[in-house]
Amino acid sequence: MSGGVDSAVAAARAVEAGHDVTGVHLALSKNPQTYRTGARGCCTIEDSRDARRAADVIGIPFYVWDMAERFHEDVVEDFYAEYAAGRTPNPCLRCNEKIKFAAVLDRALALGFDAVVTGHYARKGEDGLLRRAVDPGKDQSYVLAVLTPAQLAGSVFPLGDTPKDQVRVEAEARGLAVAKKPDSHDICFIADGDTSGFLKNRLGRKEGEIVDAASGEVLGSHDGSHQFTIGQRHGLGLKRPAADGKPRYVLSITPVDNRVEVGPREALRVDRIRTGAPVWLAAERTGPFEAEIQLRAHGEVYPATVTPEDGGLTAKLHKPAFGVAAGQALVVYDPSDDGDAVLASGTIDATQSYASASVGEGESAETASV
Amino acid sequence: MAYLDHAATTPMLPQALDAYVRTARALGNASSLHGSGRSARRTVEEARERIAEALGAKPGEVIFTGSGTEADNLAVKGVHWFRRTPERNRVVTTAIEHHAVADAVAWLGDHEKADVTELPVDKLGRVDTAVLAELLDERGAEVTVLTCMWANNEVGTLQPIAEIAALAAAHGIPVHTDAIQAVGHVPVDFAASGAAALALSGHKLGGPTGTGALILRRDVKAVPLLHGGGQEREIRSGTLDVPGIAALAEAVSHAVRTQETESRRLAALRDDLVARIRATVPEAVYNGDAESRLPGNAHFSFPGCEGDALLMLLDAAGVECATGSACSAGIAQPSHVLLAMGAEADDARSSLRFTLGWPTTQADVDALVTALPEAVRRAKTAGLS
Repeated sequence: MSGGVDSAVAAARAVEAGHDVTGVHLALSKNPQTYRTGARGCCTIEDSRDARRAADVIGIPFYVWDMAERFHEDVVEDFYAEYAAGRTPNPCLRCNEKIKFAAVLDRALALGFDAVVTGHYARKGEDGLLRRAVDPGKDQSYVLAVLTPAQLAGSVFPLGDTPKDQVRVEAEARGLAVAKKPDSHDICFIADGDTSGFLKNRLGRKEGEIVDAASGEVLGSHDGSHQFTIGQRHGLGLKRPAADGKPRYVLSITPVDNRVEVGPREALRVDRIRTGAPVWLAAERTGPFEAEIQLRAHGEVYPATVTPEDGGLTAKLHKPAFGVAAGQALVVYDPSDDGDAVLASGTIDATQSYASASVGEGESAETASV
Repeated sequence: MAYLDHAATTPMLPQALDAYVRTARALGNASSLHGSGRSARRTVEEARERIAEALGAKPGEVIFTGSGTEADNLAVKGVHWFRRTPERNRVVTTAIEHHAVADAVAWLGDHEKADVTELPVDKLGRVDTAVLAELLDERGAEVTVLTCMWANNEVGTLQPIAEIAALAAAHGIPVHTDAIQAVGHVPVDFAASGAAALALSGHKLGGPTGTGALILRRDVKAVPLLHGGGQEREIRSGTLDVPGIAALAEAVSHAVRTQETESRRLAALRDDLVARIRATVPEAVYNGDAESRLPGNAHFSFPGCEGDALLMLLDAAGVECATGSACSAGIAQPSHVLLAMGAEADDARSSLRFTLGWPTTQADVDALVTALPEAVRRAKTAGLS
């Protein structure tokens, strides 16, 4: 129970469904802040108190589980390492994979519980598959797609069939004080929302060049390549506009040279994506198949041909994507009227474009780091 | 439900509750000059006399406070502030104090530039007086106040207060003792102890929460924490809590009067609890001093288990106990007391405290012994995360 409205209503629904429920708040920081400064995060003492009060109202026991060390090792350190390597990690996804549905689920099962209930917006079909929530704006199947079938089997998502605004109405009706609490976004362990500053504190500052990808011309400087993400347009600090007057985007990040390449949006075009070893939530496929893929949380969906090969997945997109960052997850969905089902997921290793003027079909330019 | 957390708080004694309700119906500010005021004042002064008598103190030495924490803060900060000079700016404390003392001392160090010396303890949690003697010979002239608890709140070890006070007296250093876990549970004689100040708390001995007292020798001065109406020798301003004070006196008086027989009863129950835990969970480690210890305290480490997990499982089975001292953020830190006693961090996180009190019966002990083995089995499966 994060202290937000979703987990509170999820807990209440689990109680109502006849389960013997215990509320658990995860302490994820050794030095939690006392007060939120905005609608950020879920690690403050105030959030812990909100969760406790929700548990009181629902009428269930409540405990704080200290997962600070595990969270730091598996999520925060991974976050630094990924940025340092020029990739763009998704820490919420990593937290689900390593903490909520791993450390917490394992501990719960060992202590005699049957499952972990969360306020995630996703559905589990009767076939055991993970499906999108009915509320497309809140669907969180993307950040849950990293779960293994065993982890999914130990999870319960009571909110998947309900739109968010209805969850708030229900919270109000149940007398839960968190009914109107704002949604949390941003990264919970970066209290002030300043990701760049957070990374700079740890990874340090190092002067480097911002270079035009086509001409090689040095356009400006930065103080650390880890502050950038593929497709980023703002915060480049370039004084001169491009010759054609169009905005420039980060095309590639090379941490070894601390080099950031920029160029026009068209150069961000991606037609083919490679992932590392996939996690299969449905029966593993061996040959190519048609599916839909999603490349970021709440992001666009692309029809694609997906082929399992060389220990990873290759997705050929039927319409191009723009600004795909390595380190993000590629999630493969089987479209369905009952909620698209997650078939598999994998971490993006590399992307290719067929369309660059200088690159012919078939022999394409590999971008992003590996 | 078996409640085995009486060191956290114990229910009010029936006679203390009666005294509270009776007094709370009466009108009067103890500082007012009219009849109602005089009547309230009389209740307060009679309470003061009863507490003094029960604890070997003089009535004028009893200062009523709003909590044990306040009494500790008043003694440590107040005496330090009064006695400090450029040459004399050192507070001596121990590694096992409750946060009410430990954090007050740390604050003096961090924010008031006080020098702080922390006395180590041995494996049983007993303060090393040889280290103290050496320290005082070397730096006795620098010390403003020395503070050492009478009995430890986690492992129950009793401290050699008389010996420590005698060592300090040779250097003219006032000794404060946090006796919050001791009063009513072991014999406490303020005058005989040689201490200059002693803190007690109502809700640890059958009185109301929100009451406490500092016994402060008349020749020891303290700078007040609270300024106002000048009550309590001008050391603790604030309208006196007449019903709370009356109930506190009732509880202290009863607890001290029955201390010997009650201690014998609790120690027998506790010894039974310890013997049966050792029999059913052979790997359990009994912490603290088996002999010189609070009669109602049993403290164990369960190797390979997390104290938090054990607490939750026992709670679900209807047995309430503690992992150590509670923490504000809800994050369990390994106990500083066990670490000071030389325990490894994992062992310190795997401990539980069972504390018995006046309502405890054999049935409570039986309930714990019945529920514990299964809780340990499950907690061990979950392991140390």
